[in-house]
Amino acid sequence: MNRSVTRYLLLAPALVGSLSLLALRSETIVAADPDNAGLKLPAGFGALKVAETGGRARHLTVTPQGNIYVKLNRPNADGKGILMLRPSSGGKAEVAGSLGNYGGTGIYSTKDYLYASSDEAVFRYKLNAQGEVESPAQPEKIVTGLINRKQHESKSITLDREGNLYVNIGAYSNTCQEQDRQKGSKGKPHCPILDSAGGIWQFRTDKLNQSYGQGVRYATGLRNVVGLDWNTQANQLFVMQHGRDQLYDNFPALYNSKQSAELPAECLYALKKGDNAGWPYLYYDPQQKKKMLNPEYGGDGKKEATGNYIDPAAAYPAHTAPNALLFYTGTMFPEKYRNGAFIAFHGSWNRAPEPQKGYYVVFQPFKNGKPSGPWEVFADNFAGSAAAAAAGRPEHKPCGLAQGPDGSLYVSDDRKGTIYRIVYNKK
Amino acid sequence: MKQLFALLTVLALCSIPAAAQKKPVPKTKAKTSASGAVSGAVLAKGKAVYVQNCLTCHQADGLGVDEMNPPLSKTSYVLGDKARLVNIILNGMQGQDIDGEPYRNLMPSFSTLTDQQIADVLTYVRSSFGNKTSAVQAAEVKTIRAANKK
Repeated sequence: MNRSVTRYLLLAPALVGSLSLLALRSETIVAADPDNAGLKLPAGFGALKVAETGGRARHLTVTPQGNIYVKLNRPNADGKGILMLRPSSGGKAEVAGSLGNYGGTGIYSTKDYLYASSDEAVFRYKLNAQGEVESPAQPEKIVTGLINRKQHESKSITLDREGNLYVNIGAYSNTCQEQDRQKGSKGKPHCPILDSAGGIWQFRTDKLNQSYGQGVRYATGLRNVVGLDWNTQANQLFVMQHGRDQLYDNFPALYNSKQSAELPAECLYALKKGDNAGWPYLYYDPQQKKKMLNPEYGGDGKKEATGNYIDPAAAYPAHTAPNALLFYTGTMFPEKYRNGAFIAFHGSWNRAPEPQKGYYVVFQPFKNGKPSGPWEVFADNFAGSAAAAAAGRPEHKPCGLAQGPDGSLYVSDDRKGTIYRIVYNKK
Repeated sequence: MKQLFALLTVLALCSIPAAAQKKPVPKTKAKTSASGAVSGAVLAKGKAVYVQNCLTCHQADGLGVDEMNPPLSKTSYVLGDKARLVNIILNGMQGQDIDGEPYRNLMPSFSTLTDQQIADVLTYVRSSFGNKTSAVQAAEVKTIRAANKK
């Protein structure tokens, strides 16, 4: 009797020990899918589909424990707009819970807090030592009452390291015309939209119910920013602007449809407090490498814009819709990627009738906190085929980027809700 | 006799332009043949208006852009009430769910298009992208436009 009890007592820790070993192994072994999840990647990289969420997965964030939080564009069937995924086996994850009764785009986490945005507000939730939200029904509403007029509604967010939150408030317009998107309509003088939108606003992370009165218009003249991130090397905010649409549709006498497909560039800006990037008065021409006066304000494709407007830090193909920006600080990927930028291009629609473009993740090398050298396509073929991309009918659309605790790069897709994980295999 | 001849000549000359003017009238009325199909000429004119004004947003395949610009394929708006459809072209539209789906982009007014152009483009849309429903006539657009102004 005594003996058998002892035996069981010995057996129990042995069992626990082997179980935890198993758990450890399942977490450390990340197996790329045989087809790399359908993606085309540089040599040495692999990819797997972490999960199929079935929702419109906008941005995502990964906690130090490996929990993934995904912001859905609209609440799911359970009425929840944030999914929580827990690591399962082989590097994958499964949905373990959901919270938040609002759709939106922005999501960001620190060790202690999860931040998420609707299209009008920003909330924060305390995370426990396991990287879980303990009171999902009682978030702190830190920002409220932001303007949402459907167009460019995403309130993307990021943080610096000094307790500040940066929120994109997109302009609810193409170029601040008297009649939005109307052929030939002139731009409004001293565009009134810029008072409450068309820029990045700064708030505190730890104050409740802040709105325009409590925030700071950190930078203006930015039409719509969906991807933004804080660069810790430069100690500076970087943002990706969605450039203006429809030069040909609205000004056919000045631009043809081919020019309209290639103009203007999608721009990366390095921002300082008080900067003005020039929307709606100008657009950036990547061939001429010049800031051009918009035709709504008297431009003709040749006149340069005058005024105190910043230059982009880098430029990318027109209309490809940069929806996420992430500075890579991990050590899993080779040295050249460290402190460089990954940019998820959601893909174009405004290049029609020319072939559509984008649906890829780009890598932009950086040196000493500045873009250095040409960008390259890092992860391609989210569309499924070149024909699907050209037709603007992709299978997946990359929308969010996040770095895992091991240095994996996670990508969310807001078309089918696939969550990808890209890893480096070569040792 | 001479006078009568002159009068007849004048009458005959007058009737030539009258006959010439008459020709397009049945043409616009008889856009659909006996079988109900829309003539190729009308479709070509409608497509030209579509390419110039609609294609960028609604795309060459008429399927629109997810979350942004609504599809024109088999939606209740395209296949349904002609007056509602014509009014969207005249007034533009934003923030309207279509068959349960929200779309965020703004459609401007295209009221500068003529009644005939609007009729042609809607006839093209209503018989393309998998749609197969009746043509829209310029006269119908004219009536709807007049009511829209009130």
